[in-house]
Amino acid sequence: MDVPLSYNFRNLWTRRLTTVLTISGMALVVFVFASILMLAEGLQKTLVETGSYDNVVFLRKGSTSEVVSGIGRQQASILETLPEIVIGSKGQKLVAKELVVLIALPKRGSDKSSNVVLRGIEENSFLLRPQVRLVEGRLPRMGSSEVIAGVNIVRKFKGIGVNETLCCAMRDWRIVGIFDAGSTGFSSEVWGDVDQFMSAFRRSVYSSVIFKLRDSLEFQNVKSRIENDPRLTVVAKRETRYYAEQSEIMAKFLRVLGFSLTIIFSLGAIIGAMITMYSAVANRTAEIGTLRALGFQRRNILMAFLVESLFLGFFGGLVGLFFASFMQLFTISTMNFQTFSELAFSFALNFEIIYKGMAFSLIMGFVGGVLPAIRASRMIIVDALRAS
Amino acid sequence: MLVLKLLFRNAFRNKLRASLTILGITIAILAFGLLRTVISAWYAGVEASSATRLVTRNAVSLIFPLPLSYKDKIRSINGVKTVSYGTWFHGIYIDEKNFFANFAVEPKSFLELYPEFVLSPGETSAFFNDRKGCVAGRKLMTRFGWKIGDSITLKGAVFFGDWDFVIRAVYRGRDENTDESQFFFHWDYFNESLKKKMNHPWVDQVGYYMIGVTRPELAADVAGAIDSTFKNSLAETLTETEKAFQQGFIAMSGAIVTVIQIVSLVVIIIIMAVVANTMAMTTRERIGEYAILKTLGFGGGPIAILIFGESLVITMIGCLLGMASTYPAADAFRNALGNYFPMFNVEKETLFLNLAAALLVALVAAIIPTRRAIKIRIADGLRRIG
Repeated sequence: MDVPLSYNFRNLWTRRLTTVLTISGMALVVFVFASILMLAEGLQKTLVETGSYDNVVFLRKGSTSEVVSGIGRQQASILETLPEIVIGSKGQKLVAKELVVLIALPKRGSDKSSNVVLRGIEENSFLLRPQVRLVEGRLPRMGSSEVIAGVNIVRKFKGIGVNETLCCAMRDWRIVGIFDAGSTGFSSEVWGDVDQFMSAFRRSVYSSVIFKLRDSLEFQNVKSRIENDPRLTVVAKRETRYYAEQSEIMAKFLRVLGFSLTIIFSLGAIIGAMITMYSAVANRTAEIGTLRALGFQRRNILMAFLVESLFLGFFGGLVGLFFASFMQLFTISTMNFQTFSELAFSFALNFEIIYKGMAFSLIMGFVGGVLPAIRASRMIIVDALRAS
Repeated sequence: MLVLKLLFRNAFRNKLRASLTILGITIAILAFGLLRTVISAWYAGVEASSATRLVTRNAVSLIFPLPLSYKDKIRSINGVKTVSYGTWFHGIYIDEKNFFANFAVEPKSFLELYPEFVLSPGETSAFFNDRKGCVAGRKLMTRFGWKIGDSITLKGAVFFGDWDFVIRAVYRGRDENTDESQFFFHWDYFNESLKKKMNHPWVDQVGYYMIGVTRPELAADVAGAIDSTFKNSLAETLTETEKAFQQGFIAMSGAIVTVIQIVSLVVIIIIMAVVANTMAMTTRERIGEYAILKTLGFGGGPIAILIFGESLVITMIGCLLGMASTYPAADAFRNALGNYFPMFNVEKETLFLNLAAALLVALVAAIIPTRRAIKIRIADGLRRIG
């Protein structure tokens, strides 16, 4: 027969202070663990959702991001003639030649400046990125110094809003609208006419050429044909793949940081659980003797103490995840090392993180409780009864 | 003295619990120390930079160049002693993983401006005389097993193509915080190679100017004078001290530094919970003893001293062990991740913070147990069992 669960609950309740302290230690560890996983998840989600699977990006060979890439007008016009490009509703080919430059803008609050992506676009760019929605104002007129800004830029940077002006490259750029591209990297960009940007920033080359495939399966054909074309020095990537690569280093950094921190922290929490459980065993020596005398087996005692310790882990995990879930309300804006520009992303919680957090917490409870539980189960009845 | 002995005896009455708690504190202090060191490693570039050097860059952002013709205009400004220039090359050695900072610089003025990079005279002239020559830091040489005279190839990420260099000199840092993992080569070689490519936009353009001023107090005036000289030109400039320039970089990744700072506080809170737990158990077990002490006429004060003292003894032992192990751990960390953090030295300030944190933990952890021990009525205390 098993020792009833209510016995464990009451024991935890009797030593309230100790129980609360142990649980809060574990909860903090789970909180940190989950938060950092959520951060890495949020970053990847943002960058992966930025791309569309059917879109193909051309960059100059050897370049890792649009910022350092360059495609000449001649090469760009060769790329525009590809037969695999889908035809839009007005009969136009869905292809856009874009320019990406970085400008430094002062952040809200700290006044420190940070790099923002300025993307030169063509009208097709909106059709290629259906996730972009205008939330305020209107779209910029092509051929004018009008730009639109992403919502995260409006939120995080100073002096950005409808009818404000951005001053750079000896021109004043009027912000005529604000767009929201959901949780994608585009929400951290400023968009305007590519030809205006090229003349203002004295760029003779585009940064990238992007188009939508007529048929998703034709990607390999296009890629091998383009990359072997002697007139072209470009690489082709699916847009999803391109943005996933942009987040690799950062996400890896966050994961490594997260794991090494939680391992160190969990040692602390395991020790906390161990102290609690050892003292629970030591204080209850006589009780254990009595239970054994009543006919409970050694393994029942072992289980009882393990269950008690697992309860600690379970509650610790619950509390930690409860507080971690509030982190979803926060958005972090930092520099992505790979693109050298500002990117806003939020903490994202998914079931995998919940499982991992709970599993982690239960493991902490188990590891902390197993040695004390073994000690409890090894007690000899007579000695245990005599202890008090 | 007697009190101290009593405190030690009390602390180690339950050996297992005491040693587990001490182990926990050791780990926490170690983690705290390492995290503080990571943060200071982040700021190492700021610490190493000088306030007498100015950096001029394109006002729009770092990725835009400045014309080489600005050099002489800058030189003619009052208070400017030396002008050097360079371009952030962003070359990749074999694979992106092998990241290190590499610049094309004008060598003579550069070495004049950066006396903390020490080269032997023979190697210096060998480097000056070879246009394809380059200088690598001592750490970089050991990292890739390079020797003087080796030919190496960097793949340009911004400046397309393969670039060949011959290592002509090694520099070592004059100060402890000088970064010994950088790589420099001739700007002339860089510019000539670009000229061969059809009208490359960076021909006769530089990424930034480095300016030495005659007297440090002139720095702000000189910076203002430079920026106003180029106001309303095609490439407006932004001039700031090297320190401010480096800080600007760090500010961009500020969110990560904040996260590490918060986390280093969380580890202290976790350990606070563990120590508080230990103290709570200890006092609960000894509540009868405190009742007896009270019966004998001891007031709240001596009992508080006993509990706080015991908490202090445990945390301080853990803290000392943790501090002692910070150094070997930092060494191991440096060996594993030295490529990302050129500087990884434990600062004195970190040690003081360690002590302060341990003290705080000891005091906070003892508050509730002490309150309980003092409040309990003698009869209740004597009656109570385990």
